[in-house]
Amino acid sequence: MSKLPYEVQSEPVQPLSVLSLEGDVVNPDFMPKLSDEQLKEIMYRMVFTRTWDERAVNLGRQGRLGFYAPVSGQEASMIGSEYALNKDDFVCPGYRDMPQIVWHGLPLYQAFLYSRGHQHGGQIPEGVNVLMPQIIIGAQILHATGIAMAFKKKGEKRVAITYTGDGGSSEGDFYEGMNFAGAFKLPVIYVVQNNGYAITTPFEKQTAALSIAHKAVAAGIRGVQVDGMDVLAVIKAVSDAAERGRSGEGATLIEMLTYRFRPHSMSDDTSKYRTKDEESEWALKDPLTRFGKYLEKKGLWTDEDTARVKEEAKAAVNEQIKKAEAAEKMTVAGLIDSMFEHTPAHLEEQKADFQ
Amino acid sequence: MAQMNMKEAIRDAMRAELKNDPNVLVFGEDVGKVGGVFRATEGLQGEFGAERVFDTPLAESAIAGLAVGMGTQGFRPIAEIQFVGFIYEALDQMFVQAARMRFRSGGRYHAPIVFRTPFGGGVKAAELHTDSLEGLAIQTPGMKVIVPSNPYDAKGLLISAIRDNDPVFFMEHLNLYHAFRQEVPEDAYTVPIGKANVVREGSDVTIIAYGLMVHTALKAADELEKKGVKAEVIDLRTLMPLDIDTIVASIQKTNRAIVVQEAQKTSGAAAEIIAQINEKAILHLEAPVLRVAGPDTVYPFAQIEDAWLPGPARIMAAADKVVNF
Ligand SMILES: Cc1ncc(C[n+]2csc(CCOP(=O)(O)OP(=O)(O)O)c2C)c(N)n1
Repeated sequence: MSKLPYEVQSEPVQPLSVLSLEGDVVNPDFMPKLSDEQLKEIMYRMVFTRTWDERAVNLGRQGRLGFYAPVSGQEASMIGSEYALNKDDFVCPGYRDMPQIVWHGLPLYQAFLYSRGHQHGGQIPEGVNVLMPQIIIGAQILHATGIAMAFKKKGEKRVAITYTGDGGSSEGDFYEGMNFAGAFKLPVIYVVQNNGYAITTPFEKQTAALSIAHKAVAAGIRGVQVDGMDVLAVIKAVSDAAERGRSGEGATLIEMLTYRFRPHSMSDDTSKYRTKDEESEWALKDPLTRFGKYLEKKGLWTDEDTARVKEEAKAAVNEQIKKAEAAEKMTVAGLIDSMFEHTPAHLEEQKADFQ
Repeated sequence: MAQMNMKEAIRDAMRAELKNDPNVLVFGEDVGKVGGVFRATEGLQGEFGAERVFDTPLAESAIAGLAVGMGTQGFRPIAEIQFVGFIYEALDQMFVQAARMRFRSGGRYHAPIVFRTPFGGGVKAAELHTDSLEGLAIQTPGMKVIVPSNPYDAKGLLISAIRDNDPVFFMEHLNLYHAFRQEVPEDAYTVPIGKANVVREGSDVTIIAYGLMVHTALKAADELEKKGVKAEVIDLRTLMPLDIDTIVASIQKTNRAIVVQEAQKTSGAAAEIIAQINEKAILHLEAPVLRVAGPDTVYPFAQIEDAWLPGPARIMAAADKVVNF
C-alpha cells in the first residue's frame, strides 16, 4: 500500500548512553562536565541508596515501615536526574521517587515517617523544594506544570521536574500536563522511568507507541530517550533539559529505560510475570557496576569505598528509622486541625469526641 | 452604589481581588478575550492582561491541577470549570489534590484556590450542564462549598473565597446570573463563609434553602402566608461549613422545618442538614423534617426539567404536611 503524502512518519528512537557495560566511554559527545569529586559524590549517593533500599525492604518485613516501593536498579535514573538540578529547582515525585526528594533535601527520617503513615513525613522543611510523593498516578505531572508556570510568571530561572512510570504515561493527566507545557512553553521536565512494568503489566501491553519519548511530539515539546541504567547519560539529558527550561525553550519529556530489580511493592511475586533470563540480562546493566567500573578505571573508586559507604548508609538508616519511631504519634485531634487553616465549628465539635 | 446582576457582581469580585492582590489569577476555558461563555470574566483580560487572566487548553484536570501547583507557589488561582458536569474530569485534582494538600503536607502547603462553576437547572441547557453536584463536594474533607443566591452575597462571598487559604468550590446558579439586579457596593467587601441569612421571618415553619431555591422558597412562603401559615426562610449561602446554629435557632421558634434542594433527594445536602437537626434540635420538633428535592434519577433532558425541579407547589405541599402533622 502506498503511503499518503500527509501520513505522519515515526522512526524508532535510540536510547542515548555514555558508558558501555564495561564502563568505557562510547559516546564522548554526550559526556556531562563533572569533576572527580562530583563523580565520586554520584557513586556515593547510588551506593547509599542501594543500601537504604535493601534496609527498607527488611524494615518493611519487620513491620517497621509501611508502604514502600523498592528502587534498586533505578538509581542511575533517580540519582542522576536529581543531581543534574539546582537546589531551587522543584521536584514532584511519584510514590517510588523517594530518593530524589531525599537527595533534594527531605530528611531521611521524614521519608520513613511518610512510609509509616505519619503526616509529618510530608511536612517538607522550608527551603526544600519538593512535594510529598504522589499516590494518584499522574496527578503530580499537573502540579509540576503549575509550579513551572509559577516560575515562569515570576521570572525565576527555575525548573520543575516530575516523575512517573511507563504505566503513568497512559494516564490522561500525563497528556494534559505535557500539552499545557507545550502551549504555555513552561520550564518543566517530565521524566518517565520506563522500568518495563506497571505492577505486573508489561510495556508491550501498556502502549503500541514505538516509544514513550514519541509522545512528546503531539504536545509540541522535546522528547528524548535515554539509557536509564547509565548515570552519566541521565545527567546529561536532564542538564540539557533544565538548561532549555531556564533559557525559555520550554519543556522536555525524557524516557529513561531502566529496570526495577525487586518487585513493584513489597507484596508481589515477580516470578509470575518476569523470566529469569530477563532479570539476568538487566542485572548486567546494573548502574552501580557499570559506573563503578568507569570510576575504578579512573582510579576514583575501589571496593573498599563501596564497603565504607554501605556501612555509613546502614548506620544512617538505623539512626533515622529510630528517629522516625520516636516521633510523637499523630492524634485525631491534630488530624482534624489539619483540614483547614481555621478549623470550622462543626470540626471543633467532632474534635471533642477524641479528646 | 451600583445596580448589578449576579454575574456582574461575580465579575466585580474578581476585578476587586485582581486589583488588590497581584497573586490572584483567573484562568479556564475561554475566560480570556471573550470573558467566558457567560461573560463572567468579560473585560478582565483587557484590564489585567493575559498574564493574569488567560485561556487554557481544553482539559479540566489540567486546569485544576495547574491551580494546585500554582497554589503551592504563592499564587491564588480562580479556576473556572466551564460547566458543572465537567468537574468529573477534574475530581481528582479538585477533591483529592487541592482538598488534601494541607493534610498531606502536615500544613506545609495549602491550596488557596477558588473553583468557580456555573450549575443549576431550569435553563434547558445541554446534558451535564446543570446538575447540582454540591453533595459530592460537601462529602469531601478539606473543601469549602458556597452557593450564593443574590448579587450582594455573590460578590462578598466570592471575595471571602478568594482570600481564603483553603480550596473553595463556588457554585453559581445559571438561572440567577441575570435574574435580577441589586445594590452592590463598588468597593471590596466580604460576606463571611459559614454564615446563613434569615431572609424572611416567620413563626410556623422554617424553610431551609440555597441558591435559586431560596427564591422558590420565598414564592412558596408568600403563598403560604395567604393561607395563614407564616414561613421563615433561611438562605444557607454556605454548605460547608454549614451554619447549623442559625437553623437550630429558627427551629426553636417554628418547631417545624423543610429543606429544599434541586439535587437528587438521596444523601445530599438536605440529608446532611436533617441529620444535624436531629442531633441538635430533635426535642424542638413537632413534625419530621421533610425534604423537597429532585427525584433520584439522572438530571432529565430539557423537556421535563420544569416538572423535575422543585417548585413552589411542592414546597407548599410539604409545608402542609409538617404544619398538619
Ligand atoms: C490513578 C491510579 N490508578 C492506579 C493506581 C494503582 N497502581 C499503583 S502503582 C501502579 C502501576 C504503576 O506503574 P508505572 O507507572 O509503570 O510505575 P512503576 O511502579 O513501574 O515505577 C498502579 C496501577 C494508582 N496508584 N493510581
